Order: sequence, then C-alpha cells, then structure tokens
Amino acid sequence: MSAIRLRRLWQRAAANARRVLGVPDYDAYVAHLRLYHPERAIPTRSAFFAEREAVRYRGGGGRCC
Amino acid sequence: MNLAIKLGWLLLALLGACSLGVLALHRGETVNAFWLLAATLSLFFIAYRFYARFIADRVLGLDSTRATPAILRDDGLDYVPTDRRIVFGHHFAAIAGAGPLVGPVLAAQMGYLPGTLWILVGVIFAGAVQDFMILFFSLRRDGRSLGEMIRAEIGPAAGIVAMIGVLMIMFIILGVLALVVVNALAASPWGTFTVAMTIPIALLMGLYLRFLRPGRVLEVSAIGLVLLLLAVAFGGKVVADPAWASLFTYDGKSLALMLIGYGFLASVLPVWLLLAPRDYLSTFLKIGTVALLAAGIVLTLPELRMPALTRFVDGSGPVFSGALFPFLFITIACGAVSGWHSLIASGTTPKLVANERDARLVGYGAMLVEAFVAIMALIAAAVLDPGVYFAMNAPAAAIGTTVESAASAIARWGFVITPDALVQAAKEIGETTILSRAGGAPTLAVGMAKILHRIGGGEGMLAFWYHYAILFEALFILTTVDAGTRVGRFMIQELAGLAVPALRRTESWTANLAATLLCVGCWGWFLYQGVTDPQGGIHTLWPLFGIANQMLAAIALTLACVCLVRAKRTRYLWVAAVPAAWLAICTLAAGWQKVFSDDPRVGFLAHARRVTDALARNELIAPAQSLDAMRAIARNDVVDAALAAAFMLLVVATIAFGLRAMRSAARSSAPTSREMPYVALAEGGS
Repeated sequence: MSAIRLRRLWQRAAANARRVLGVPDYDAYVAHLRLYHPERAIPTRSAFFAEREAVRYRGGGGRCC
Repeated sequence: MNLAIKLGWLLLALLGACSLGVLALHRGETVNAFWLLAATLSLFFIAYRFYARFIADRVLGLDSTRATPAILRDDGLDYVPTDRRIVFGHHFAAIAGAGPLVGPVLAAQMGYLPGTLWILVGVIFAGAVQDFMILFFSLRRDGRSLGEMIRAEIGPAAGIVAMIGVLMIMFIILGVLALVVVNALAASPWGTFTVAMTIPIALLMGLYLRFLRPGRVLEVSAIGLVLLLLAVAFGGKVVADPAWASLFTYDGKSLALMLIGYGFLASVLPVWLLLAPRDYLSTFLKIGTVALLAAGIVLTLPELRMPALTRFVDGSGPVFSGALFPFLFITIACGAVSGWHSLIASGTTPKLVANERDARLVGYGAMLVEAFVAIMALIAAAVLDPGVYFAMNAPAAAIGTTVESAASAIARWGFVITPDALVQAAKEIGETTILSRAGGAPTLAVGMAKILHRIGGGEGMLAFWYHYAILFEALFILTTVDAGTRVGRFMIQELAGLAVPALRRTESWTANLAATLLCVGCWGWFLYQGVTDPQGGIHTLWPLFGIANQMLAAIALTLACVCLVRAKRTRYLWVAAVPAAWLAICTLAAGWQKVFSDDPRVGFLAHARRVTDALARNELIAPAQSLDAMRAIARNDVVDAALAAAFMLLVVATIAFGLRAMRSAARSSAPTSREMPYVALAEGGS
C-alpha cells in the first residue's frame, strides 16, 4: 500500500471518528461550499470549528443520563 | 430464507431459551456470566432480525426511495448525509450515559434475575421501539424535535405539558447524577484528586484547540487521555502523603457545594474552554471503557455470586424501597427504556441519516447496545460478594457506620460477611471504607476492577482499575451536568421568554446569569437534599428520577401512537400502545405509592408524617442530629411528594390529549399526519 493511500485512509478514519463525536468535517464543508455556493466566502478552519462548537451546546437534547 | 439460514436462527433461539432456563432455574452457589451473555446476545440478534424488521417493513413502512432531511437540506453543517455506521456511533455516544450503569446495579438487590428479564423484555418491546419510532417520525417531519412533533400532532397544550416535563426531568437527572459523583468521591482523596485533575486537563485541551491547533480534536483527545491515565496512576502516590491527602478529602456536603459552584462556572464559561474538550474526552473514554469491559467479561467469564432472587423482591430492600412491581421497572429506566432518548432521536441524529432504511440500525440497534451495557453493569454488580454489595449500597440508617454493625446487619438479611472482609475489601481498592457508598458508581467500579484486573495487571492493579472506573463514570456524569445545565438554561430562557421576551435574549448577560442560577439552583437543591438525607439520597431520589424518565417514555410512545393512527396504520397500533400503556401503569403505580403509601419507607407523605410526629414530641429520629435537620427532611418529603404527583398529572394529561387526537384522526377517512411530502431520492444517490 502506498504512503499516499495510507494517509488518505487515516484521514478518512480520523474524520469519521470526529463525526462520531459530533464535530463536522471541515474539508467536506469546504467541498460543499465550492460545489453549491461558490459565491460564499470560505471560513478558516479555526473560525469554522469555533462556530460549530458554539452551536453544538446551544440547546437540543444534550447528552443522555 | 433458505433452510440452512432458518436452521441457524432456530439454533440461536434454542441457545437463548436454554440460557434463560439456566439463569432462571439455577439454584447453586454461583452461575457463570456466560449464560447471561448468551441469553442477551441471542435474544438481541433475533429481535433485531425479526421484530425490528417487522416494525421497519410493516408497522412504519420505511421507504428506501424517499429522500431524508439530510439529503434535502444538506448544508454540510447540521444536515449531512452520513454513513450509517457513523450515525450509529454518534447516536450511541449521545444516548449512553451513566443511567444504564447505575439502575441495574441498584436493582441487583432483588437478585440478578428480575433486572435481567426486565432489561431484555423492556428493550426489545419498549426501549428500542421508542427510539426507532421517534427517529423515524422525525425523519418524516424534516428532523423536527419531540416537542415540535407533539405540538403538531397532539396539540399546543400537550406541547407545553411535555416541555415542562422535560425541564423537570432535567433538574432531577442532574441532581441525582451529581449525587452519584458526590457519593463516589466523599472521603476518597484518590478519586477526588483524579476527578479534580480533569479540570486543568480540560482547560489545557481547550486552549490547545483554540489557539494552537484548531479543530484537531483527535490529537488533543489523545493527549488528554494520556494525562488522565497518568492522573489515575499517580493519584495513589500523591494521596499517600497525608498533607496532600487532606487537601483532597471532603465530606458529601462540601463536595456538593463545590459541584454546584463548578456547574455554574462550567455553563457560563465559553464552551471551548472547558465544556467541549471534556465532552470529547469523555466520549472516547466512554466508548473505550465499554469495549474494554465487554472484552473483560467475555475473556474472564466471571461467576455471578448474587443469587437469582433475594428476599428483597417483597419491597423491604435497603437500596431502594418498594416491591418488584412497580419499582423494578422504574429503577432500571435507561438500559430497558429511557424517555430521554426520544429527545436525541429527534435532535441531531435525524439530520444525519442518509436513508430511511438506516433508521433500524441507528434507532433500534443503538438501543440494543445500550441494553447490553446495562447487562454488563448487572454482571459487574453480581460478581461481587453479596455481603460487599449490600455493605456498599445500604444507607447508614440500615447498617450503621462501623464494619461490625454493617456485618451484623447484613448477616440478619441472610448474607455472611465478616468485618475483616469489609476492611480488606476497602484496602484492596485503595480506599479507607466501602460502607454506604450508594449510587451505583462505586459498586460498579469494584465489580469492574474485579473483572479488569484479571486481564490487566493482576491483584496489584485492583486499586488502579477501581479509580479508573470511578474516573470514567465521574467524567461523563460531569459532562452531562455541565452540558445539561447549559441546555436547562436555554430551556428556562425559552419558557420565561413566553412571558417576558427580554429574558429570551441569550446574548444578554443578565438573562444568562439569572437563568443559569435558576437552573443550577434547582438541581443543586436536589443534590443538597440528597447528601443531607439520612436515607442516603439515592434511596429517595432515584425512584423520582426513574418515574420522570419513564413518564417521558410514556409521552414519547403516546406520540408514536398518535402518529400511527394519523397515518392510518391502526392495525399495528399495539406495537407502540402496549409499551405506552405498560409505562403509564408503572409510572402511575409508582407515583401513587411514592405519594400515598402508608409505609414510611415508600411513601413521602407517610415519612413526612413520621418525622413531624416525632418533632411534635421533641424526639430525634436517628441518624438526624438536630430538630432543624428533621424539619428539613419533612419539608423535602413534601416537595418530593408534590413532584411525584406532578409527574402523574403530566402522564394523565398527555394520554388524555393523545386519546383525543387519536379519536379525531380515526374519524377522518384520509391520513392526517403532518409528514413532509414525498421526494424521491435522486437516481444513484447524491
């Protein structure tokens, strides 16, 4: 297995682990913006992450007992 | 299905039936945990393959060609079509908490059999059905929340009833869970040290994530995990020094006050600093430890030393009072059926599901795994010597405060344990005492240590594993407390905003602080009541929590009934109606007894009367130490009784609203459900 393929596999596994935590994938979001909303500005990684974290704890069911 | 496959399922069914037979009929000294695992796994596979599929195909009619909210509203943020295995993991991480670990441990006082049967039957026919159905109905309704669906399908009044119910459960859950932590940490400097260390570790992680490597959640969690393990490992050495030990030794009252202050701070500080990093850390620890415990049980196959049934099925048990019906069914809430899950199944999860067919794995499957966690907790409790179990879980009012008084009280219940064995049991795990550590967490930790030291480290590691298990439970309970306080604050602001719109502004510091104080005050009140309660708090408060959680399940399943009738699927109504009726019966019966029973061990009002009668005679009832303390006990009893009565009213009101909605829906000849219109999935998917 080539190094590039291994790296890609690892990145996918890491993105999946983050999604289990409830942290959306930055790269996927950027790809989404480029595809559907090319006119919108692309947030930086840290801005994206900070905004998502704030939204996450804003309400909803939260964690279970 | 071809013949070989049919035969395979038949064999699995036979294995399940035989295992259950062994568990039910075995009357020897011990029985092996293998039978419990075999019964659980074979029943779960059969339930998932047949009953869940029946619900998917016939009852709900899952449609793989229909676009889900994640597809229709894909925004790369909240709505993201996601692989079903990831949604499953996400959903499981959100539903699994301390509940399925604590309830089964408490219920073990009646023996391992009643708890096992209720978890198995409850999850298959009630818990997993609820999660699955609510997830599905939310998928069909644009990912709407439970409250919004109740408003739309049953009516606005029912919506307000549900909202108040959820808020009340929240306060009780947070108070009880915080009490579990306090009981685990009281007079335990090693435990307190490791849990205290999670705060600087989380702050460090938060700063790292914010300023050094934004978004690198995994690497920061790995760093946090290593630091945590170091804290557990060195905690024992740190507190071996008496000066350090005294710095981390507190009684229940001071720990409770610290936790209340901490809960306040954690929910007003920016989330990135403390709350979020702890959440990441606790999620990993949770999934990892559950897997570790499963491996430990499977590899060591321990013997269960708790009998199948104990004499306490009659309701005289020291851990919680009340007979098997209805109290077993509210003591084990999470693990068998948990109303809280309906909030999560209609929260973030439906926004991720890429295809309706995935709802069976995510909704039904994840709940089966949670029930498996509950079975593991039951195993861990049943592995203990019953004498040790009762010493740890009975309140001081029942067993006194010395090993001698405890051993003789436990002997009167028919379990043999020597005072020396109790001292030794504490020493083994690096603690000074194991008496009256009610709340499930310490018992589970001892059981886990007994199992895990056999696969990692041997006898010398018992103390490490015990404190690791305490840390694991405390960490995710505290995460629930932090996040719950924040969610509770937003809910208060929303409710108060109905009256005074200014309170709704979440960016206003005055409104924020006021709502947070109110929220912390409410759960803090229960917590403080718990630590000062002579019955040990858990004995009093856990049943209230159970009633509340099962009440929410009854409300959610009533919604499911209404949705089925509105969709003209009345022939399958029983799938939701039978568990809804059972939960309504259990909550109402338990609520009634908690309020009106003449037995002061069960009924709040009878207990209050006993205390006020003694007060009138100027008499102290041990272990209360002053008349003031007794007045507080009587006051708490009255509040608890009012709460139990309120829960009963909420259940009755929701069912009445639900029946009315069903009657009017049944009259209409066409379906009346508020589903979103059908949109086909694009060819080849998106």
